[in-house]
Amino acid sequence: MSANPEKSGPSWLGTYTVCYLIFIYLPVLLLPVFSFNDAIYVAFPMKGFTTRWWAELAQQDGLFEALKNSFLVAVPVSLVSTALGICSAKALTGYRLFGKQIFTGLFTLPLVIPFIILGISLLIAFNSYGLPLSLWSVGIGHVLICVPFSLFVLMSRLESFDHSIEEASLDLGETPWMTFWLVTFPVAMPGILASLLLTFTISFDEFLLAFFLTGNDSTLPIYIYSQLRFPAKLPAVLALGSAILVVTFIIVTIAERLRRQGDAQLGTGVE
Amino acid sequence: MILMIVALIFPFLMVFGLSFTVETGPQGQSEWSLGSYQAFFDKPQYLRVLWRSVIISTIVAITTVLLAYPAAYFIAFHVKKNKMRWLILITLPFWTSYLLRVFAWKLILGYNGVVNSALIYLGLIDQPLDFILYNVNAVVITLAHAWAAFAILPIYVSLQKIDKSLIEAAHDLGEGKVATFMRVTLPLSMPGVVAALLLVFIPTVGDYVTPKLVGGPNGLMIGSLIQVAFGRLDNWPLGAAISVISMITVTAGVCVFLLGLDRLKKMVA
Amino acid sequence: MTERSFISIQDVSKHFGDVRAVDNVDLEIAKGEFFGLLGPSGCGKTTLLRMLAGFETPTSGEIFIDNEPSAAVPHFLRPVNMVFQNYAIFPHLNVFQNIAFGLRKDKLSKDELTRQVDTALEMIKLEGYGNRGAHELSGGQRQRVALARALVKKPKVLLLDEPLGALDKKLREQMQLELRDLQRELGITFVFVTHDQEEALTMSDRIAVMADGKVLEQGAPAKIYERPQTRFAADFLGSMNFIDGQIKGIDGDAYVIETDQLGTIKAPNTAQKFAEGEKLTIGLRPENIQISPRASKVQRENSVNAVVKTAAYLGDRAHIYVVLKDASEPVLVTMQNLEGAISNTLESNLDVAISWSDRSVLMLKNS
Repeated sequence: MSANPEKSGPSWLGTYTVCYLIFIYLPVLLLPVFSFNDAIYVAFPMKGFTTRWWAELAQQDGLFEALKNSFLVAVPVSLVSTALGICSAKALTGYRLFGKQIFTGLFTLPLVIPFIILGISLLIAFNSYGLPLSLWSVGIGHVLICVPFSLFVLMSRLESFDHSIEEASLDLGETPWMTFWLVTFPVAMPGILASLLLTFTISFDEFLLAFFLTGNDSTLPIYIYSQLRFPAKLPAVLALGSAILVVTFIIVTIAERLRRQGDAQLGTGVE
Repeated sequence: MILMIVALIFPFLMVFGLSFTVETGPQGQSEWSLGSYQAFFDKPQYLRVLWRSVIISTIVAITTVLLAYPAAYFIAFHVKKNKMRWLILITLPFWTSYLLRVFAWKLILGYNGVVNSALIYLGLIDQPLDFILYNVNAVVITLAHAWAAFAILPIYVSLQKIDKSLIEAAHDLGEGKVATFMRVTLPLSMPGVVAALLLVFIPTVGDYVTPKLVGGPNGLMIGSLIQVAFGRLDNWPLGAAISVISMITVTAGVCVFLLGLDRLKKMVA
Repeated sequence: MTERSFISIQDVSKHFGDVRAVDNVDLEIAKGEFFGLLGPSGCGKTTLLRMLAGFETPTSGEIFIDNEPSAAVPHFLRPVNMVFQNYAIFPHLNVFQNIAFGLRKDKLSKDELTRQVDTALEMIKLEGYGNRGAHELSGGQRQRVALARALVKKPKVLLLDEPLGALDKKLREQMQLELRDLQRELGITFVFVTHDQEEALTMSDRIAVMADGKVLEQGAPAKIYERPQTRFAADFLGSMNFIDGQIKGIDGDAYVIETDQLGTIKAPNTAQKFAEGEKLTIGLRPENIQISPRASKVQRENSVNAVVKTAAYLGDRAHIYVVLKDASEPVLVTMQNLEGAISNTLESNLDVAISWSDRSVLMLKNS
């Protein structure tokens, strides 16, 4: 009883964690702060407050084109890779599959290979078959790297999944197909949402593969990368970054809220 | 499923094949040859960059894990309510653009950047410090920041899995806090630590953006070489050869690490 | 055509690879019976239950439920429902929705659905719990919901897989009686699986004892407990002292048996026949042995001297291990701790005598 780790020692650990949080947030928070600074250079002392960088942002056609492209890639990628993730997670957790370990290992391959190498291998593969580089090729590349992430998120959910509830549904007279819709799907829903969100974000943010695999269309990261070269465009990029930050923050908060609500609904009942 | 795996394996075989060719004509004619490998090993600076990449990634992996461990430990053991909220708080920045995060460090560490200008503004220095950007340190700091989430999450998960009564048992058996940590908590969280090290080490070896933005000439890494080979040099076989070499290096590095760990485990046991 | 029982399991086997989980089992279960499948884990009882439910198909043999060969009946048409071991309450649905789950196909009006679920809730004494979430239920409540969910389907047979295994002792005892009352009331055939012999004895009309995929014996609880035919069943139900012996001869209605530890003893003639000179195992239930002070000459049929090894106090009763002369295996004697009983005065190394009646001696074949 005397040495209770819960009660002693959190003070310096807590302090450290707060410092660590500052380290993590510092560069990210810099973006919005300086996006309102009335100077081209990011330096102290700060000049006056301005919203002109934000105004400038709204006038860039290339930006909206890139944003549109990113969505065009990220939305299908998240859907496809989550669907593939569901199938593979189901296969890998549900059945006594031969060589399960090997399959799991192969699926996680993209996680343990530097993206740049994955990028060039796909580039070579597309090239040798004369397939044109486009948003399609970017999407295919993204699906490859997203599936393992989706798989991991879903596997943890499905491993704790009690298969007897599926049997219970069959036992109560439902067909396997209805069982999937009435039981498996809703119970796995939080995992599926998490997977969709995660894969969307990965695809939306991914630069290296997109850089190698895109044709003439740029996605948002490529657009940002191209802007980084011009100092004059810098403040607008800061504003853009801040905007992405805010949107991300909202999405993650909503997702977390949804997750909580989902949990709460289990309690209050929905008839 | 099989299709996915084929889609994964096939491109690698192509890279492998391509790396054993050299271009013989302007229209991309090529023939089988070890020339690309020879070209790589002929240039000592290529090898130096490869070696540097491994070293930098190792330092980054270790730094990232060391920085992340206490925070993960704090959340796993000392946060009672809303652990999820803490985790989200700590991983939230990583949902924003990687490019912008790296770029933010360039702004912070730059010659006229946030740190320098703030120090001058405060009167602590007269001249901007020029040793903080465009070198290995900058690459390490930036990468340690950019990949923090990949270290925290696995470590947190492995710490969270530890049965708290084991720690109480260690206390009960007369071990102090430090000894308990070294003999119980740390060994039990090793899977998470190993996963974190690998998850940070492997992708950073091939990172191309960070060295380019904050690395300067001495922070150049193998990813940049590959990019140059495919881009400016337009020598795809060479790029493929470099890729194959770096993949082999990474795999070998990981194997050595895992074997060493295994040896260590046996020695301790 | 011969009349089949309500549930007829005919020469059913189930192999998983090389493992014979269920091995040539024949069982007949009557309509309205409360039937217990008892055995240690891994004996095949759950596999047998799952074959009845249709989750496994027999490798060979046939199962008939109400004269229908069950292999031909698809899942959703089976007149069988199951209460799962961990209850398998749908975590994303509340109590009402859980119970109503199986009624979806019946396309009931909303009022009728509510009425049926409410009746079920009343039956399991959880009125007003309809809106509770699955995770807000205690173990006992989950068990009841699982029960109600299966029973609203009005199955001809209800299967229960270790129905009370997850509950604590007090609750388990209470639920045993409730389940039994419920079954009597509904008249539905219940088949349940348990590894807990007390549960099997309390609830079942008949029990089948299983080991290694085989049904060793079946019958009413009292019959199996008091007259087990196999050493396994004798050991698995309750506790039993086993003593090696050999048949010396037959004396009227009784066999005369020579043993090392108890000397020459007698046992009543039973259905099982033994040959003269045959080696066998004698079973003596601990509660059928009496302990008395060495000095007092109680008038019993059989009595031998013994020394108390340990006496364990268990509240309402005592477990006393005594050692017979030159025997290594101690003999267990259980007795009620009544006011003034001898059990209160027993301590280690005390010289005592143990006695038993001929009727309590069980003869078991050495296999």
